[in-house]
Amino acid sequence: MSDSIKPESNPLPARRQDVNAPTLLITPQRPRFDPEKALNLIQKEAEWVGLRWVTETNQRRSARNGQPENNGAHFSCGVMIEALIDGHIAYAGTSDLSDQGLLRAAQNAALKAKEMTATKVYAASLKERPTSVGHYEGPKGRWLDSETLAALSEHLIECTRRLKVSEAIVTAVAEVSLIESEVWYLTSSGTNIQQRQFMTGQHFGAIAQGLGDTQQRSLNGPTARCQQGGLEAFDWDQLEAACESVGEQALALLKADNCPTETLDLILAADQMLLQIHESIGHPLELDRILGDERNYAGWSFVRPSDFGSLQYGSPLMNVTFDPAYPGEFASYRFDDGGAPATREFLIKEGLLVRGLGGLESQQRLGVQGVSNFRSSSWNRAPIDRMANINLEPGPTPLNDMIQHVERGILMEANRSWSIDDVRNKFQFGCEIGHLIEQGRITKILKNPNYRGVTVPFWRALAAVGDVTTRGHFGTPYCGKGEPHQMIRVGHASPACLFRDIEVFGGDS
Amino acid sequence: MKTLEAHRENFKALSERLYSSLHQSESMTLQLAFEDQDYLRFNQSKVRQITHVEQARLCMRFQSNGRRVVFSLDLSGDLHVDTRSLISLVARAKEEVRVLPEDPFLCPFENHGEHHEHHAGSLPPLAELLEAMGSYEAKRLDLAGLYAGGTLLRATSNSAGLHQSFSSDSFFLDYSLFTLNAAGDHKAVKGLYSGRAWSTPVFREKMAASESELPVLRAANKRLEPSRYRVFFSPKAVDALIGMFSWGGVSYSAYRQGESALQKLMAGEVRLSPQFRLEEDFGLSLIPRFNSLGEIAPASLPIIAHGDVKNLLISSRTAREYGVTGNQADTGEALRSPVMAPGDLSSSDILERLGTGLYVSNLHYLNWSDRLNARFTGMTRYACFWVEDGQIAAPIQDLRFDESLFTLFGSGLEAVTEGSEIIMATDTYHQRALGGTKVPGMLVDGVRFTL
Repeated sequence: MSDSIKPESNPLPARRQDVNAPTLLITPQRPRFDPEKALNLIQKEAEWVGLRWVTETNQRRSARNGQPENNGAHFSCGVMIEALIDGHIAYAGTSDLSDQGLLRAAQNAALKAKEMTATKVYAASLKERPTSVGHYEGPKGRWLDSETLAALSEHLIECTRRLKVSEAIVTAVAEVSLIESEVWYLTSSGTNIQQRQFMTGQHFGAIAQGLGDTQQRSLNGPTARCQQGGLEAFDWDQLEAACESVGEQALALLKADNCPTETLDLILAADQMLLQIHESIGHPLELDRILGDERNYAGWSFVRPSDFGSLQYGSPLMNVTFDPAYPGEFASYRFDDGGAPATREFLIKEGLLVRGLGGLESQQRLGVQGVSNFRSSSWNRAPIDRMANINLEPGPTPLNDMIQHVERGILMEANRSWSIDDVRNKFQFGCEIGHLIEQGRITKILKNPNYRGVTVPFWRALAAVGDVTTRGHFGTPYCGKGEPHQMIRVGHASPACLFRDIEVFGGDS
Repeated sequence: MKTLEAHRENFKALSERLYSSLHQSESMTLQLAFEDQDYLRFNQSKVRQITHVEQARLCMRFQSNGRRVVFSLDLSGDLHVDTRSLISLVARAKEEVRVLPEDPFLCPFENHGEHHEHHAGSLPPLAELLEAMGSYEAKRLDLAGLYAGGTLLRATSNSAGLHQSFSSDSFFLDYSLFTLNAAGDHKAVKGLYSGRAWSTPVFREKMAASESELPVLRAANKRLEPSRYRVFFSPKAVDALIGMFSWGGVSYSAYRQGESALQKLMAGEVRLSPQFRLEEDFGLSLIPRFNSLGEIAPASLPIIAHGDVKNLLISSRTAREYGVTGNQADTGEALRSPVMAPGDLSSSDILERLGTGLYVSNLHYLNWSDRLNARFTGMTRYACFWVEDGQIAAPIQDLRFDESLFTLFGSGLEAVTEGSEIIMATDTYHQRALGGTKVPGMLVDGVRFTL
């Protein structure tokens, strides 16, 4: 059959008026499923039963160097069943939604809950599964039926052309993801929650080669530009212009000096603050890490239970919130996957650690205050404590003022490299581009900017917090944790921040 | 869901139904990933969470008119329901290829024959695991970890007639045993028991061996200043280092697109040690030789030998794009069954040859810090020791390193152990992974530690 494939003369179909032209909206035929009927079927299998039905469509569309690269989608559909017996909750996930499949999964969970109750870590109760009724529908914006697939393909290819400002650009990539997710959680104790999220992600990046070097540059880093909402996230005129700048900066980095090796002041832009917050605030504050659940994989935490209310985590300028209702932020929701209502809470207030990141199970086990962040990556994984939207609150300082108060320093943008130890202390992070600051003004760009530090001393060196004009809200779809492993979406909003006396270094010459 | 055999049959029936619906100008590949697994998570030698997962994910690659679309979905296991879902996706795919731009690097699906492989195994009764946990708890041994066990199936077919499958029953217990040292610091030893046939005596032996390592960890930590040190990397640590070759390393497309850390090696600006030999060797039988398109890779393929790159991994699509000959690498062009050749350092000589330096058992969170120079950073983790004059002196406080592959596997490489370990993959993102590595330990001089 492949022999009959014939290339068309025009590889880029023109925008069409064809009313039958496929839009970006895909509506696959999924198995018919009634969650309420399903719960009725299985609820007698245990003392208490929960059922979480997840459906998700996740499209990935990309182009590279003027050609289409990926056009595809994953359609997820399945249930996770929870069974409580003798103070022990066991889980069974299945994509078999027939009556027999549901019963088999429920009976499996019930059997294991009963068999293993003597060896459980703690005695669960319905306190950790509060009865909640409600729904959440995230911002949908201009949704997928308002754009044709052909038009999106044209835009992506055009962006790669704009990124390729010279032959020295060996790779120009434009990629979008388009996600529609629905979770319906029902329990035998009366919980009935439906939540729908509409999300997009985008990546535009260039790699330049020449002068014996290779440098990459992208819009805010490879995975940062993700949010809830629709196609209004894609202002193509603006994006195409930004792609040209990205390409120019990748080229300029080839000629730039290496970041020096010295201790100086460091300003991190919002698109690097996201990583700094994620690794050195989000993960160490997760209560299940503090409880030791993660010790065999993601790691432990340097934070002890007694630190809540007493540890001066950072300078008094530091205010960090868990904010599940930040408009458009990537991990916004109204209830977590245990049914607990989610509200905005301060984790760190004026530098003092006040609250951890843990759902009701961890709060019960550890005896400290947490938030509603008991979340799972999909229907096939049990919920655990996960970050959601973790934000650094803006301060009073415009970026220009921050720069003017630096004698010698570097402004770094867009994450490129990240590594931190298993208790979240010693870190080393790298960025795509640095800007040298001398006597209060930016003098030149630097390549291979990296910095390293230790979490608490680093945050105590926070000397200025940018105002709202410096704030960006970003995130990542790839936060990994848990056993079995789970990849989950998180959001981080932050202004630019200034840190004093930080160890920076560059690449080998 | 259904038995393994039922899933095979279901896959075959779905394949036939979908291929019979195609027009002459259309072609398709289907790829199935099925698992029926128990996941038991432990903390404090008790059960933290138990999850049973039955899932079947089908990936459909549709090509027509010089265009391609890739859709995947979770199968219900009901042939009628799944056929209806897939037919609706085929209809969507046909709409998409009408309007997508032409893909100049499209590869035709070919018939690489029919091959089926099943590795039967025997899994442990979960009661035995729980009994062992009970005994650790009684001894106040603090174990955290994950047991995963069950059946995995991968199958590929295409409209040209290909049909391949690989299935196995297997398990792993990936664990950490924790203790407190004299200063109150938490220390741990890491262990992995994996295989296809559970053996209670072997399990007990492994656990006893891990337990026996705890007393030495109870000594006070030695704090080391950032500097260059001699280091012995255990096979588990070497496994992590070899992993870097699969992340912007041996991929040909990464090399051509400026994302490979081996650019200077390819350009002949640096050479690696002749002691370092790396190959892709499917003789481990932990993963099928066929890739997601059903193409069958060579049984073995030298990657690095005599200090140079012998082959980069090249998928068919990459081969078409750059006009080179492919070697049946999968999408992503990562190593699927890497084997590093052993050397001549006997296990009894390791500490003596190390002399004074670090014994590193495990590494954590590796990431490139200067890709052009193949430099990357990461942390020591678990049971790592300071060794003085060939004797273990003290456990260390974990250190950050920042060093180049060109040093570790090149100018700094002093010796490679004569013994190797097979390390089964423990990745469980989305579903449990197949695969593993076979690696020795290695002794390296002048490794740079920075924090």
